[in-house]
Amino acid sequence: MLTFTLRRLLLAIPTLLVISLVIFLLVDLAPGSPMSEIPLTVPPDVRQRMIEALGADQPVFVRYVLWLRQFFWVEPAYLFDSWFGTTLAEGEQRILSWQSRSPVFTIIGQRLPQTLTVIGTAYLVGILIALPIGIYSAYRQYSLFDQGGTLFAMIGFSVPTFFSGTLFIIIFAVWLGWFPTKYDTQLNVTDWDSFVKQIKQMALPVMTLGLANAAAISRYMRSSMLDNMTMDYVRTARAKGMSERTVVLKHVLRNSLIPVVTVIALGIPSIFGGAIITENLFGVNGIGAALIGAIHASDLPMVQTLAFIFAVLIVLFNLIADILYGFLDPRIRYD
Amino acid sequence: MKLRAALLGAVAVLGFAPAAFAERGADGEVKLTFPQAVSIVNPYLSGGTKDILAAAMVLEPLAVVDPDGVLVPRLAVEIPTMENGGISEDMTSITWKLQPGLLWSDGTPVTADDAVFTWQYCTHPEGGCSQATKYEGVASVEAVDASTIKVTFAAPKPNPYTAFVSGLSPLLQKAQFEACLGAAAPTCTDANNMPIGTGPFMVTGFTVNDTVSMTANPNYRDPAKPAFATAVIKGGGDAEGSARAVMETGEFDYAWNTQIPPDSQAAMAAAGKGQFVVAFGTLVERIEMNTTDPSPALPEGERATAKHPHPILSDIKVRTALSKAIDRTILVEVGYGAGGRPTCNVIPGPEAWASDNEGCIAQDMPGAMALLDEAGWTDSDGDGIRDKDGKKLSLLYQTTVNPIRQDFQALIKDWWTELGVEVELKAIDPGVFFGGDPGSPDTFQKFYADVEMYANNSDNPDPETYLGQYQCKNAPSPETQWQGENINRFCDPAYDALHAELTQTTDIAKRQEIAKKLNDMVTKDSMTVIPLVHRGTLSAHSNSLGGVQINAWDMETWNVADWFRVK
Repeated sequence: MLTFTLRRLLLAIPTLLVISLVIFLLVDLAPGSPMSEIPLTVPPDVRQRMIEALGADQPVFVRYVLWLRQFFWVEPAYLFDSWFGTTLAEGEQRILSWQSRSPVFTIIGQRLPQTLTVIGTAYLVGILIALPIGIYSAYRQYSLFDQGGTLFAMIGFSVPTFFSGTLFIIIFAVWLGWFPTKYDTQLNVTDWDSFVKQIKQMALPVMTLGLANAAAISRYMRSSMLDNMTMDYVRTARAKGMSERTVVLKHVLRNSLIPVVTVIALGIPSIFGGAIITENLFGVNGIGAALIGAIHASDLPMVQTLAFIFAVLIVLFNLIADILYGFLDPRIRYD
Repeated sequence: MKLRAALLGAVAVLGFAPAAFAERGADGEVKLTFPQAVSIVNPYLSGGTKDILAAAMVLEPLAVVDPDGVLVPRLAVEIPTMENGGISEDMTSITWKLQPGLLWSDGTPVTADDAVFTWQYCTHPEGGCSQATKYEGVASVEAVDASTIKVTFAAPKPNPYTAFVSGLSPLLQKAQFEACLGAAAPTCTDANNMPIGTGPFMVTGFTVNDTVSMTANPNYRDPAKPAFATAVIKGGGDAEGSARAVMETGEFDYAWNTQIPPDSQAAMAAAGKGQFVVAFGTLVERIEMNTTDPSPALPEGERATAKHPHPILSDIKVRTALSKAIDRTILVEVGYGAGGRPTCNVIPGPEAWASDNEGCIAQDMPGAMALLDEAGWTDSDGDGIRDKDGKKLSLLYQTTVNPIRQDFQALIKDWWTELGVEVELKAIDPGVFFGGDPGSPDTFQKFYADVEMYANNSDNPDPETYLGQYQCKNAPSPETQWQGENINRFCDPAYDALHAELTQTTDIAKRQEIAKKLNDMVTKDSMTVIPLVHRGTLSAHSNSLGGVQINAWDMETWNVADWFRVK
């Protein structure tokens, strides 16, 4: 198991390097200019000087090597400095966003907590709703509950979040006035009142995303349960006189969870990636909103760094899912 | 709409009375929301209005422009003029006097050195200052004494109110930005996000592209202002969401740039929680005619250059017919509602500068058809499309991806098709269209289409620079790496000569007269530019926010010190 993990980790290094180059070239080839948001009243020569000041006129490979150095040496060194008070990164240029001229990692640091709380909660809520629905739907296949669950999943699957989100805003914020439509990122939870406020402002985005997440996972859970329900060991368990409860929740559920856990683990990188549409709609300043903002402004360093971090996370969670698989199912061990 | 403006005025006047008795910080928090979030609070490094609006609450210039387009002193004692001796006889220098006792928000005094430093900061060759035009033609800025700033120009300057005027060129504190000159400018993250200013507020918290938190500046020169103790600017989302947060849910007090469809405007106004306000500057949505041939058959480097005149649009009769077929009133109703009005001018305001050209407002389909017949374009093969010498009257019409622009394209295509013109539509991502990348075929400068639609405006009530765009030398071409503002490649020696005269003229009435003539030369006389809609900036504020005076000539937040809570 250890050698397998090590081999996979080593293999990840060239993979990630290639990915970073591909992302860099793709982002660079994409049309658009960091100057496109500047008003037309700014004359071309001033624009040119602004582009030069950003370093955006350098050849693409110079910029790539510079970025590699900044990503793998300057930023870790900077982090090390801030922890231990050393001066490794002194005088070194960090990765700066073209749009805001702030260090990219500072922006990510500001935004990650929001994304993790909102998107993470939505994921958790989605799982908590999906598992019982999936289990019971499979146990009572084609019952009224199963049909209802299928309808719920279909709606969650097919209604895009920009629609369901706007619908929730109109119902719960405009008509009923229960929840705010804009997320207040400056809110600090210090007492009961601010906690209630935080719950209230999280309600709409979590509802919107939770619906979409629950839909997908409940279908996986249901089909996996159905596969196992007809197995011989289930009949054996029943024949031994075990209660239905034990049969379903102990024998069937545990075996059915294996593929579902993989699906859930593979979905975790998307929590870090944020939810572009939902975050924008509710003004949650998460990673997704940062990414789309950077893409609109052709903010190459920001897009490149974020895309690469997503790539790292996806590679990492693929590995974790594989290892988890081995733990859950003793038959699959990489020895 | 006039009635609405009058009512708004009345509300504003009524609102002013209680403001006089208010004390600093008595009204709690004011919350603003922008559809695009603030990226940086330094206007000299900013990429857009959103940032400068936030900066204008913190940093102040020597003078600002009020909603009527008139200069009013801010940090200066008065506006220097020839009469009061502030402007030298030969128009090569202007001398500003700082108000006595001015303090930065950190308690240190404001001196003329700060102005000198600001000039050095923005004109540093490696700084990439986005407001460099404000300091164009400035030979030196000197501190005559601690409170006297003398700006000297390289040549006589009839309009010397550029440097240190308006929210686009405020004073920076030398002590804070001293280490941030030139190439170091972007690395000063703290200074760029939390500049020390003289304005009513100071930044206390900043999250990039999200929220700016401010508190009242304890050293603000008027002890009774601002009425609000804190201010928050929340960014992101879209215009619809921002408008809703003010007009329907009441979560915010002010939303900037709430340009939404007219029917949504009406529905939101009906909720009764707030009102839309509009200010008309010089922003004009227009169709630009390509005077050169964009045909892909031409070799790269000659395509869309002055070498090959446009085979169809070189005829003024065709251009006039295309303009006559458009019903601008319907365009306004469909696209902008209260936020727009039909126009035939490139310079639609201020009023004293605008030509009385209104000939294009009424649609004239028969007249347009007659003109095309006259020009020899007839439908000889009966397929509904006019042709001449075997060539079809077919146009490629491009613009950016934007719902209103796509509505306009569809409407105008209908009218032109009725006229017997075949129209192909194209919509380009705004980032590419306005990106100016010389390698892309889709930039508005390259203009690989017959007609294109976008909006442009003058950043100064005096349109000298803006009108300078249409000089021959400003045409984009391969030689200029496709940069240049003369999108149409319009070239008329008489125009260039008249513009040169404008730059030498000081008499204001004479300047206005020349500007009107220049405006007419590119619009009704040559039909090179077909103006469609004079667009205002539409913003929304809640009924409980008083003192808002929307301003098209300076930043909308120009008088945020006077805002207060209506009780």
